[in-house]
Amino acid sequence: MQNTILLIVFAPLIGALFCGFLGAKLGKRISHWVAVGGVLISFLASAKLLFDKLLHAAPDLNFTLYNWASFGDLTFSIGFLVDGLSLIMINVVTFVSLMVHIYTIGYMKNDSGYHRFFSYISLFTFAMLMLVLANNFLQLFFGWEAVGLVSYLLIGFWFKKDSAVFANLKAFLVNRVGDFGFLVGIAAILYLFNSLDYATIFQTVSQSSDSIETINIGFGDWSIITFICICLFIGAMGKSAQVPLHVWLPDSMEGPTPISALIHAATMVTAGVFMVARMSPLFELSDTALSFVLFIGAITALSMGILGIIQNDIKRIIAYSTLSQLGYMVAALGASAYAASIFHLMTHAFFKALLFLAAGSVIIGMHHIQDIRKMGGLRRYMPITYICSLIGSLALIGMPLFSGFYSKDAIIESVHYSEQTFSSFAYWCLLIGIFITAIYSTRLLMLVFHTKERFSPSTKRELHESPRVIIVPLILLAIPSIGIGWLTMEPLLFGDFFASSIFVLPDQNGLAIFSRSFTSVGEFTLHALQTLPFWLMLSGVMLTIYVYKANPAFVTVIQRKLKIPLKVLENNYYFDKFNQTVLVQLSTWFGQLFYRIGDKLLIDGLAVNGSARFTQLTALIIRKLQSGYLYHYVLLMLLGLLIALGWLLWPLQPLS
Amino acid sequence: MDTTITNQVPWLSLLIWFPVIGGAFLLFSVGKSKQKLSQWLALIISLVTLFFCIPLYMQFDPSTHALQFVERSVWFESINVNYHLGVDGFSLPLIILTSFIGVIVTIAGWRNIEHRVNMYMAAFLLLTGLMNGVFAAADTILFYVFWEAMLIPMFLVIGIWGGPNRVYATIKFFLYTFIGSVLMLVALIYLGIKADSFVIQDLQILPVDMSTQHLIFWAFLIAFAVKIPMWPVHTWLPDAHVEAPTGGSVVLAAIMLKMGAYGFLRFSLPIVPDASLYWSETLLVLAIIAIVYIGFVAIVQRDMKKLIAYSSIAHMGFVVMGIFLVFSLMSNTKTDAAIIATQGAYFQMISHGFISGAMFLCIGVLYDRMHSRQISDYGGVANVMPKFAGFFMLFSMANAGLPGTSGFVGEFMVILAAFQVSPWLSISAGTTLVLAAAYTLWMYRRVMFGEVESKRVAVLNDLSAREIFILLSLAVVVLLFGIYPQPILELTHSSIEYLLKCGIQSKLTDGGICTL
Repeated sequence: MQNTILLIVFAPLIGALFCGFLGAKLGKRISHWVAVGGVLISFLASAKLLFDKLLHAAPDLNFTLYNWASFGDLTFSIGFLVDGLSLIMINVVTFVSLMVHIYTIGYMKNDSGYHRFFSYISLFTFAMLMLVLANNFLQLFFGWEAVGLVSYLLIGFWFKKDSAVFANLKAFLVNRVGDFGFLVGIAAILYLFNSLDYATIFQTVSQSSDSIETINIGFGDWSIITFICICLFIGAMGKSAQVPLHVWLPDSMEGPTPISALIHAATMVTAGVFMVARMSPLFELSDTALSFVLFIGAITALSMGILGIIQNDIKRIIAYSTLSQLGYMVAALGASAYAASIFHLMTHAFFKALLFLAAGSVIIGMHHIQDIRKMGGLRRYMPITYICSLIGSLALIGMPLFSGFYSKDAIIESVHYSEQTFSSFAYWCLLIGIFITAIYSTRLLMLVFHTKERFSPSTKRELHESPRVIIVPLILLAIPSIGIGWLTMEPLLFGDFFASSIFVLPDQNGLAIFSRSFTSVGEFTLHALQTLPFWLMLSGVMLTIYVYKANPAFVTVIQRKLKIPLKVLENNYYFDKFNQTVLVQLSTWFGQLFYRIGDKLLIDGLAVNGSARFTQLTALIIRKLQSGYLYHYVLLMLLGLLIALGWLLWPLQPLS
Repeated sequence: MDTTITNQVPWLSLLIWFPVIGGAFLLFSVGKSKQKLSQWLALIISLVTLFFCIPLYMQFDPSTHALQFVERSVWFESINVNYHLGVDGFSLPLIILTSFIGVIVTIAGWRNIEHRVNMYMAAFLLLTGLMNGVFAAADTILFYVFWEAMLIPMFLVIGIWGGPNRVYATIKFFLYTFIGSVLMLVALIYLGIKADSFVIQDLQILPVDMSTQHLIFWAFLIAFAVKIPMWPVHTWLPDAHVEAPTGGSVVLAAIMLKMGAYGFLRFSLPIVPDASLYWSETLLVLAIIAIVYIGFVAIVQRDMKKLIAYSSIAHMGFVVMGIFLVFSLMSNTKTDAAIIATQGAYFQMISHGFISGAMFLCIGVLYDRMHSRQISDYGGVANVMPKFAGFFMLFSMANAGLPGTSGFVGEFMVILAAFQVSPWLSISAGTTLVLAAAYTLWMYRRVMFGEVESKRVAVLNDLSAREIFILLSLAVVVLLFGIYPQPILELTHSSIEYLLKCGIQSKLTDGGICTL
């Protein structure tokens, strides 16, 4: 099993190195097959491990590959942990990655950076696998930063475009803000547990959960567990794009579409969610941290969903939808429903990757037009893309029987049962979010595939369904988007698949209460038809269809009536403006202040050159004394003599 | 007669005198016009010097803190000053780094230096040998001689092959470092007379009372702080870097800055431990200022070399921080954390040698082609120099401390250890994650990305085989030590344990003889 894990992790790395260094010499065919082959091997091996676990209850595995560094009794190592949680993650990652690899063959066909692209996405797969399989924080951080690096490289893949290189720098820096919190969290973990290994940390926590230290960080005593959890969660907020560190994700759409599907929807952005689930034994001990998580998740889910409604770029709509769905996952974490969160992470990975890849198919068909106002009626030209988008959207809005329905309902119910602070606030946010999700998803479908054609005749002439290499991954992703929820809900949520990886305190286990009320998935499905989320979803869909089918004037009426709120939305709640005008300006201002006043004026001007000038000045005066004229010296001598004599004789002269 | 040579071959003497004599030979026997001959001779001499490191590394015993490869012969008998060499875990990695960088700068100066090639090459060979001497000296006076002698070739390198404002920069550089060193000399002579020995190890066990310790600490501090350089005595470095030729910048950043930190480990901490403890918090504050203040300053730089010079100061802040964390950590009996802090500081010294060297070489690659260091003169270079773009990206990421590169290791360790003293220390040091990424990647973006900005950029040639060779060898090292830092940690491990257990033990109370 150890070798299987190493195979899973390193096969994509070999593919990446091969494409990166030899790709240009060996041609496109060989390099893309090596890259696809590497990921295929990874996927097959991951699937085998998953089936071993599901069918034969294979035991967990925790092993060290090598010692990275050791100090005294401490050792930091590179090692792997294989359990239910990491198995789900590696299967999701390798499957979506495989689909994206195949899709890329078609999508990037004529791009001059073909090998570079394959090299990057294989490298990404490697880094992501290292991240989810880590058995300690050091390696987690390695993977964490490495996926950030590849994301940076891929957002800026078309580095001639100014918008792309603006977006990738922004993404990297915002993520670094999160990583900064994450790193401090890791430092705090070492401080408290004297180890970075998950196993040691969890063992210590389970033994001494009641004697929690406090730490003074300047404003009152904090429980150190709360401090750790919040620091770690700041890291998660960066990676999983939670408000207010979400600003990079919409801009990341500047990258090629395959990576939007792989990195910025299905895998990397879920790393934060995964990490919090992995750390469930810690988060369970801090109600403060959990309610913070719940609050942030709920805010993100609702506010970002609303922004999805007003976007016109097909990729940006899906990006805001991703932000909103990540909010759902994070809210579930806050409600201690870690399993539900991971369940949604999995279903979302499939249907959101599907939606992005379908959007990519549309973008190719439309010759890189991304504005949905310039589309319409595409279902006649791209029927398979249409069906796949429809399936993805139905899963996203939570139509019963589709995968998203099960995972989203599990989240809503768990938040409903949760007694955490902010839980009722979160519950309402998430409920309204369902209505919103239905609106933007339906709007996308209507404007792209239905309604009347709004593109030029020249576009129309060349409009056709995408080639097979693009369609096949869509179909393969559509299958789990329909069925995975129904199929896996029982073992993941009601069973003990995550028993060894996720820990929930019995008295805040909303998910358990919820799952006890159902004996089967079928019963759950029937029950859900009578609940609020289902009807909210349906009304959202109906409203949107009504607007675009029967009453197009409705949109303009709304636009006129709601001018001010719309302005706020169009500016994305002014987050970008704030960052640009306040934070960026402030740091350059500080830089200039320190440089011009501190370094140039005070240190160099006053101290360094000042002392030089002082020396010069003194020399100038003293130099005057040494004029070389004899009579000057004689005068000075006489003066000196007078002073010396005066000094000596002074006390002898009584003043009368 | 007091002459002991404990091993057969005097490897340390060879590491010092072979390049020095080779350099002198180049200077006096090879004509100014014989460009090719000078280059090849210099390359061979520096390669042979690097080769001398192999037996040194192979035979080095990392399990002891004691000096190894000791060479000792009488020099000035009347005042008890000896030619005394030896290495331990603190000096060996730096000697290897110096010899390695010696080869790199020789190759880097291959094309772009056209006048007085023999002198240029000779200066770098002299530098290599003298810097090896600094790290190998076991006698304080010998140390001081190397420490000062090394300034001369550096002074000439900047003064002769430097940029337009080189005179201001050289004088500033020389005065700064020289004034600092003179105070150190006074302290060393005082200590030598008091101990009746100039052997560094004897001074380390010499009892010194508190008020004297303060004076000596400050004399040392000024010398070392200027070299590192620490805020506020850092302003010579950006000027020196901007004016220095590429090779000069590489040596300056990669090795000379390390001499200050080496001085802390070799002199300040063990000789005046109580004063070091007393002032440790002040130094931590200065380190934080170096990291945060200089980080902001780096963001607004418009000159690439200045930017990297400022980033060097910020990175060296981690070295100072790691070294002076040990006092608080040891007094709270957090030995493991103290080891992490010192190892982190030391690792950062070595790693910064490779990364900053590589960054200056990358800027040199651009400067050779465009004769400009201004960021605004560039733009879209990645379009025409894809191979260079790859290397420059790797080193930029290493400079921003990306895990998997050696730049991450030291900073990570110091931040981890800092938390054990105070969360705020860790948090302030952690800002480097954002700041370093901001200034490095923003520079990268403006220089490399975008459409080709000008006709001059459009005709740039990608890297030559020679340039690929030097950048690749640095890239391998940066990645290797990022993925597996243990080899360096193992070399220094015993010396650090000894320093923490015995070296910094108080001299005011009689703790008896300290043994491991």
